[in-house]
Amino acid sequence: MPSWPALASQAFNGLALGSLLALVSSGLTIILGTLGVLNFAHGALFAVGAYAAFVLLQYTQSFLVAIVIGCGFMLVLGFLLERVIIRLFYDRPHEDQILVTYGVGIVLVECVRAIFGGNAQRVPTPSWGQGATQLGFLIYPTYRLQLIAIIAMLLAGLYLVLYRTSMGLVVRAGIENPRMVGILGINLRRTFLLVFAIGVVAVGLAGMLYAPVVAVTPDMGANFMAQSFVVIVLGGLGSFPGAVVGGLIAGEIVSLTSAFNSSYSEVMLYALMALLLVLRPQGLFGSEGRV
Amino acid sequence: MSLLEVERINTLYGDSHVLFDLSIRVEQGEVVALLGRNGAGKTTTLRSIMGVLAPKNGTIRLDGTPINGLAPSAIANMGVQLVPEERAIFGGLTVEENLRIAALTAPNAWSFERIYGVFPRLKERRKSLGRTLSGGEQQMLSIARALIRDARIILLDEPFEGLAPLIVRDLVNIAAGLAREGRTMIVVEQNVAAALSFATRVYGLNNGHVVFEGTSAELTANPDLARDFLGVGA
Repeated sequence: MPSWPALASQAFNGLALGSLLALVSSGLTIILGTLGVLNFAHGALFAVGAYAAFVLLQYTQSFLVAIVIGCGFMLVLGFLLERVIIRLFYDRPHEDQILVTYGVGIVLVECVRAIFGGNAQRVPTPSWGQGATQLGFLIYPTYRLQLIAIIAMLLAGLYLVLYRTSMGLVVRAGIENPRMVGILGINLRRTFLLVFAIGVVAVGLAGMLYAPVVAVTPDMGANFMAQSFVVIVLGGLGSFPGAVVGGLIAGEIVSLTSAFNSSYSEVMLYALMALLLVLRPQGLFGSEGRV
Repeated sequence: MSLLEVERINTLYGDSHVLFDLSIRVEQGEVVALLGRNGAGKTTTLRSIMGVLAPKNGTIRLDGTPINGLAPSAIANMGVQLVPEERAIFGGLTVEENLRIAALTAPNAWSFERIYGVFPRLKERRKSLGRTLSGGEQQMLSIARALIRDARIILLDEPFEGLAPLIVRDLVNIAAGLAREGRTMIVVEQNVAAALSFATRVYGLNNGHVVFEGTSAELTANPDLARDFLGVGA
């Protein structure tokens, strides 16, 4: 039985991991919900984000500036991928979409490996996030606390875009019933470009923010992608609140289980998904209908 | 020139041929009912006009401009508006958001106040999620989405299906009011009496062919006609 401070520390780790998963999964789930495309390149884009932070930090010496430029880079990358490749696959079967996004993922990861090599790179913690913070019952790394707060703000921003703008209205309606959106005079395809780019920026940003916490390797996104698939199934496919809540639940399960026995953490996650699929196949926030 | 001219269209669902050289026309300000048995092709006719199911051949003209082959969104923006049988309310959006998204691309969109004047019930429920509405309220919202766009021609697919008689009466009154104001509509309905109460002209469909064309008065005067040709009681 781990000690209480150790458990509390793991609970905070779960929150950090969970908020990160929430951000990654939000991108995945709105792309899936709106475009109908399951983006298997999502994990690779996470790594691309982390490497973008690695490179940009060396040039700018400022974490904040690096992140802003990095977001611009991810936005352009998202636009390019949608216009040049993804767009051609909207009317193709799901197998083709999976194959092409999986292929894009492999190409991106191997490009990263070709440029930076396979060894782990280290991204330094930003100057304002050094050290640890005394929380009374527990001392916790400052940057991880900031990470949780930053991601919470980003998710709030994403919420405002989805729930307070016309584009968000079209995206939410399109996730529910794309045909009816068309019947009401809206060309949904015009929003696809923007939604895909937003999803890419979200996952890239997650990679950038997480880079100081982990070893940056070309394959670092693979595990994240697998976990975020679980998250969007937990939350309900295409559901933004589902991705957020599902991400937090998944983060806590993985972290708290590893406080007891780390080899079971993934097992517990998939066990929970299996259980939920039996009890509530549409996910926590999902409604029956579109997949 | 008629507002809407459907000329010898053939529409298929996969391999099954549903509409055969079907022709109908609708004048400005007219309410036309499409009647017929299940599977006669009524819904398919509306879907063909809306572009949801593109006809294989033939032409559909709105004000003389061919619209067949265009995307539903383009056809909607020319002023055609389908109110689908399944109502297709966005359940995760509020009533007002459902109206807002409908009005988004309409150049002459109505104000919310004007819509709520027609459907006071929707005003009371404007903050409610679509999925919490009753069947009647959903139908009102579905019609309201077409009206707020100020559609030139509204295609009503089974608007009264599955609703309680009292609610049907309210909706018929609303539809009759729109008809009096000169709103052009095509209505597909199993409830023939309800449809004839506000439609001026009727097309009878059977197996994807037009088998009857006449005024509502003619059909009401000859109940046998409805029974024989359409398998429906007037």
